[in-house]
Amino acid sequence: MMNRRTLLSSSTAALGLGLTATVIPANLRAQEKLKIGFVYSSLIGDAGWTFMHDEGRLMLEAEFGDAIETAYVESIDGGADAERVVRQFASQGFGLIFGTSFNHMNPMARVAEQFPDVKFEHATGYTQLPNMAIYHVRDYEARYLLGMVAGSMGNSLGVVASYPIPEVVRGINAMTAGARSVNPNFTTKVVWISTWFDPGLERTTADALIDQGVDVLAHFTDSPAVVQAAEDRGKYVVALGAMDQYGPKSHLTAMVYNWGPYYVERTRAVLDGTWASSNTWEGISRDMLTISPLNAAVPADAGAAVTAKQEEMRTGAFHPFAGPVLTNTGEEKVAAGAVADDGMLLSMDFYVEGVEGALPS
Amino acid sequence: MEESLWVAILIAAMRTATPLILAALGELIVEKAGCVNLGVEGMMLVGAVTGFAVGLTTGNFALAFVVAAVAGAVLSMVYAALVLIFQVNQYAAGLSLTILGGGVSAFWGQPWQGQNMTGLQPTVIPGLSDLPVIGTVFSRTDIVTWAALAACVAVALVLTRTRAGLILRAVGENHDSAHALGYSVRGVRTLAIAFGGAMAGMGGAYLSCVMTPLWIEGMTAGRGWIAVALVVFATWKPARVVLGAWLFGAVSVMQIHGQAMGLAVSSHILAMLPYLVTILVLVLISRDATRIRLAAPGSLGKPFKPA
Repeated sequence: MMNRRTLLSSSTAALGLGLTATVIPANLRAQEKLKIGFVYSSLIGDAGWTFMHDEGRLMLEAEFGDAIETAYVESIDGGADAERVVRQFASQGFGLIFGTSFNHMNPMARVAEQFPDVKFEHATGYTQLPNMAIYHVRDYEARYLLGMVAGSMGNSLGVVASYPIPEVVRGINAMTAGARSVNPNFTTKVVWISTWFDPGLERTTADALIDQGVDVLAHFTDSPAVVQAAEDRGKYVVALGAMDQYGPKSHLTAMVYNWGPYYVERTRAVLDGTWASSNTWEGISRDMLTISPLNAAVPADAGAAVTAKQEEMRTGAFHPFAGPVLTNTGEEKVAAGAVADDGMLLSMDFYVEGVEGALPS
Repeated sequence: MEESLWVAILIAAMRTATPLILAALGELIVEKAGCVNLGVEGMMLVGAVTGFAVGLTTGNFALAFVVAAVAGAVLSMVYAALVLIFQVNQYAAGLSLTILGGGVSAFWGQPWQGQNMTGLQPTVIPGLSDLPVIGTVFSRTDIVTWAALAACVAVALVLTRTRAGLILRAVGENHDSAHALGYSVRGVRTLAIAFGGAMAGMGGAYLSCVMTPLWIEGMTAGRGWIAVALVVFATWKPARVVLGAWLFGAVSVMQIHGQAMGLAVSSHILAMLPYLVTILVLVLISRDATRIRLAAPGSLGKPFKPA
C-alpha cells in the first residue's frame, strides 16, 4: 500500500525501475505483481463517496493478497492534477488504474490513449476507449428501498437535493415510489440547493423542511449535516454512506455503494488476461449496491418487506420503475406491464406521483 | 403562513447571518486600517477546525471560540508579515492566505473528520423564554448570535467615538500623514489584521461548533468571500454589514421555504436570489458617490513604504 507521500518520494526510484523493466523478458515480467492504482476525488475520511471506493480497494487486497499491490492518491479533483497522477501510475508499471470521479474522465482518457497496454476503469462517466472501461451503479434501486423504509416510519419526505440532473431526479422518484408502495398517501417535498457540498446550507435546508412538517429527511449532498439536523430535531433520515454515528436515533438506513465485487471481478479479468473494455451499469443484482443495516426503530415486518423487495430486485423480478408510472401531473410515462427503459432512466426529467411542486427546468 | 413558521425563518436567518457578521466585522476593521485581506476564507477554516477540536475534547465552547480566535489571528500574522514587512501585493498575499488556511485546516483536521459532537446549545434565560414570539426566538438562539450584534455596536462605537478608532481611520485614510504625525502605521495595521483574523476564526468556529457541529475539509464553502463582499457593499459601515448579512440570511432561508412549499421558480434563480437582493439593497441605500468616497479608506490596498 502506498499513499500520496510515499508515491511521490518513490517516483525517482521508480524511474530507474522503469528503465530496467524494459530489459526484463516479457515472460519474467508476467510473474510480477499486478499493481493497481486508485485516484480519489476527496479524502477517505469523508464518510461518503471516496470512503466507499476505498472499501472496495481493501476488498481487493483481502481477496488477492500477495498477487496484487494497490496504491491510492486522495483529493484529486480533476484537470492537470488528475492527469499527472494517472500518468504517474501508468508510467510506474501499474497494470490497472481506477478513476473514481466524473472529473477524472478526460484526464484519464488522454493518458489511456498513450498507454495502450495499461487497463483503465472510470466511474460515472461516458467516454469508453478500447483500454478504458466505464462503470456506474443503478442507485435508484437502493433509493427505492430507502423510500420503503421512510414510508413505514412517516408520511412525508423532505429531500435536500443538489442539482436537478437525471440521476438525482431518478433517486427522488424512486424514493417516493418506494414509500408509496407501503404508504399510499406519502408525499415528498424537494429543495434544490445548487451545490453538492455546503454543510451550513444543507443544515439550514434540513431545518426548513422539518419546520414545514416533514417526518423523514433524505439528502443527495455530501456532508452529514442533514443527519445531524434529523437527530437534533427528533426526526428520521435515510442517508448516504457511513454516517450512522451522527444519528444513533434518527439514522434509519443509508444507501451504500459496494464497489468491491466489481473491482474483484475486473482485477481477476486482468490477471486471467480476459479483461475487455465494457460499459457496466448494474445495481443490486451484481451486488454493486446495498443499504446499511436498519435502525432498531424500524419495525421487523417493515424490515422484512424491504429485504424481500431487495431479493426481488436481485433476481430481476421487480423493477422500481415498473408501470404504470404516472407523473405528478397525471401523465402516464410507463404503461402498466412495461418497465422504464434505460433511455428514459438516463434522461428522467419528471416527478412521479407523490412529489410536490414542479421540477425546475 | 403560521406564526411559528415565521419565527423559524427568523431564527434560521439569524443563524445563517452570524458567521458572516463576525467575519465581515473583522474584515471591516482591517480595511478601515487600509489593508484588504482576501484570506478570510482560510482564516475561517482554521478557526473552524481548531474550534471543533477544542469543543470536542473539552466540551467548553467559550474556550473553543477563544482558541479559534487565536488560531485565526496567528494565521493572519502570515499576511501581516507579507504585507507590512515584505511589501507583498495585498491581494496576492490574501489569496495565498486562503489557500494556506485551506491546506493547513485539512491537514490538522484529519483526526477530527467524521467525529460527531453536540454543539453549543441555545441559552435559556429564565422568564424571558416564556414571552410570546420573542421568548421563542430567545430560547432557540445561541449566545454567539447576540454577541455578534454586540460586536457590531462595539465596532461602530470604537470607530467613531474613540481616539483609537480615530487613529485607525487616520492610518487607513492616509498612511503617510499618519506616519508623519508619529503614529505607528505598521503597529496599528498589525493589530487590525490580528483582530480581523480573530473575528474570522470565530466565524469559522460558529460553523463547526454551533451551526453544524462537525468538521469537514472546506466546510465554510465560500462564506469568507461573502464576508469580504459584504464589507464593500456595506460601504464600510458596521450597521449595514449586519443589515446585509441578515438580508442574505433571510432571503436564503425564505427561498428554501418557498421551494418546500412548491414555488415553481427555477432553482438556479432562487439560489442566486440571496446574493442579488443583498447587493441590490446595499447598492440602493448607499448609492451616493460622494459618501462612498468618504467612507472608503483612502489608502486601501496601497503598500506603505516608510521614508
